[in-house]
Amino acid sequence: MSTVRVCHLYPNELNIYADRGNIAVLRRRLEWRGHELSVVDAEIGDQIPDDADMYYLGGGQDRDQIIVAGDLAQTKAEALHRAAAGGSVVLAVCGGYQLAGHGYTGVDGTRMPGIGLLDADTVAGTTRLIGDVVISVDVGGTPVTVVGFENHAGRTTLGGASAPFGTVRHGHGNNDIDGTEGAITGRVIGTYLHGPLLPKNPQLADMLLGWALEHATGGPVALAPLDDALEMQAHRAAIARVTERRSA
Amino acid sequence: MTIAPRGLSVALARGIGALSRRLGRGGGTSAPGRVLLWLRPKAIQELASTLTRGSLVISATNGKTTTGRLIGSCVATERWRTVSNRAGANLVFGVATALLDAVADEPSPEFGLFEVDEFALPELVTRLAPRVVVLMNLFRDQLDRYGELETIAESWARMIARLPATTILVLNADDPAIAALADGNRPVVFFGVEDPSARLDALPHAADSTRCRVCASPLVYDRVTLGHMGDWHCTHCGSRRPTPDVAADRVTLLGTTGIDLEISTPQGAVTARVALPGMHNAYNATAAVAAALALGIAHEHIGPALANAEAAFGRSERVMVSGHEVVLFLAKNPAGANVTVQTVQLDPDPLHLLIALNDRTADGNDVSWIWDVDYEPLLERLGDLVITGDRAYDMGLRFVYAGLDRARMRIEPDPERALDAALAQLPAGRCLYVLPTYTAMLGLRSILVERGAANAYWHDD
Ligand SMILES: [Zn+2]
Repeated sequence: MSTVRVCHLYPNELNIYADRGNIAVLRRRLEWRGHELSVVDAEIGDQIPDDADMYYLGGGQDRDQIIVAGDLAQTKAEALHRAAAGGSVVLAVCGGYQLAGHGYTGVDGTRMPGIGLLDADTVAGTTRLIGDVVISVDVGGTPVTVVGFENHAGRTTLGGASAPFGTVRHGHGNNDIDGTEGAITGRVIGTYLHGPLLPKNPQLADMLLGWALEHATGGPVALAPLDDALEMQAHRAAIARVTERRSA
Repeated sequence: MTIAPRGLSVALARGIGALSRRLGRGGGTSAPGRVLLWLRPKAIQELASTLTRGSLVISATNGKTTTGRLIGSCVATERWRTVSNRAGANLVFGVATALLDAVADEPSPEFGLFEVDEFALPELVTRLAPRVVVLMNLFRDQLDRYGELETIAESWARMIARLPATTILVLNADDPAIAALADGNRPVVFFGVEDPSARLDALPHAADSTRCRVCASPLVYDRVTLGHMGDWHCTHCGSRRPTPDVAADRVTLLGTTGIDLEISTPQGAVTARVALPGMHNAYNATAAVAAALALGIAHEHIGPALANAEAAFGRSERVMVSGHEVVLFLAKNPAGANVTVQTVQLDPDPLHLLIALNDRTADGNDVSWIWDVDYEPLLERLGDLVITGDRAYDMGLRFVYAGLDRARMRIEPDPERALDAALAQLPAGRCLYVLPTYTAMLGLRSILVERGAANAYWHDD
């Protein structure tokens, strides 16, 4: 039995798209295999460890995100950079993704700095990109469909040091132009997909858990297969909604 | 001869109303109002100005329909001829349609009672120029439709700044985002819940509005009553919950059937047994008392009026189906679903639940909100659980990852089959609690109507 340690950043401020659903998926999928999850919440002002197996950064309302951005840079960025270099997993969703990049320029030109874990930069658009998303993601060399919902004003473009997390099959993705969604550098992932992300995408959840267990134990860990029938029914229902809404 | 603008609007409204009745339009449409506003853009202003007793507008994320109904029951004791819009038809065209329908009546209505969508409120308040504006709560709701709560709070603050100095505001003292809307330039009646036993252990998960509106410091709660509402203050700048003028001093929850209330007001106490269960309905009733007093309704009529009020369409609505009692609790956002989950737990016996999740336009396409609802306490109280709707599998996952054994629930996306499955396993004498989103409620309710269990009529009366 192994314990995966997750550091949940700003659960009080960045929780707008049901981020605790992602944490619940990590916990249960470990427990069903005889492992366990230990979660440390880190709020504004808290110091964080630099050796957690995984870090989770969700999204918040604009007002909360501005409050968080300064604290993230001041009290947590250094530890996160050390952790990422040491093979920890970082999952940053929606607003968290923007903060994990270089920063966010608002409509009025104000700049909210990010922490540069991902080579991605975001500029506010005049409209919000909202709706169902289906993307294709490389999971261990195999293309896997990942479903979710996006709701963001920011248009994100990637630099050379990060690859796209996925390729858009339906929806807007990073910027509604280049067909990319999210960003990945090593084991740091940023994405606009919520819904939340992990319940309906069990293969992605297991990829992250595999990485986190490897970090926890120092070697590769085989994950026993689970009965994902319901997960895949929900996954297929989300894809079906895209098709139905498109033809409606 | 010249026709006054007001007379022109009335004449047009009557013409369109007669035409649309001849075409036999169904319930719930806003099309006649759309036509009226196309022909006469100022029709709402002009028709509203014919209401000699003015109007009252109510808005909130949750509870506006029920509270509107409770206020309507109070207004009925004064025998004011009242026009009100239908639940769900709460945008500009819906209000225009209600006014259009009402001017056909003789004698014409003298008072308007409108429940209004949060987004449409500033526009409609400008047009209706109401005498009283009742604002009850703001919770995160359908972020893909409404955007952030802050955006709505800011648009309401701008709307209030433009109101005449005579408009009376009825505001919830216990909701920090609502209490902050008092701007000192017009009369305010604050309402709230004072009962010291009305107390949750902690703020719920993902509570909204927990930062001071003045200085953005985290708020301190001496008592949480519901969601982010309660007795709050800011230790940093001293901002605090205003003392309610109309206060529920005593709230006794009578299981899932109702509440006993003792409400203090500047004109003396109001007591009532209200046939609507749960703490959220204590807020709805207290808001209705404050609104009724602001309208000048006789104090002694209010308690009996609350006691006589019946549940609105799908909101704590009770019907009998093939010998079983079925209660519909509309639950369309995290805060609303949380109060529903708390309310059904007031039933001491194992719970028989039918949960219905749709993701259509009126529900919001984004179903992630279900992960913000605290369903976990239901697990230990469960008799059986049937899940239905467009996104039934998503709701199933919500319960699986909360820790429910997959074999303990039945997932049946088709609502009629789901209802039959839930009724088939319901023990004699037990009640089926149905927790649907908006369009899921409409769908299930139409099945109940077909079976003769529920009243088909859209109107409240
Ligand atoms: Zn303050």
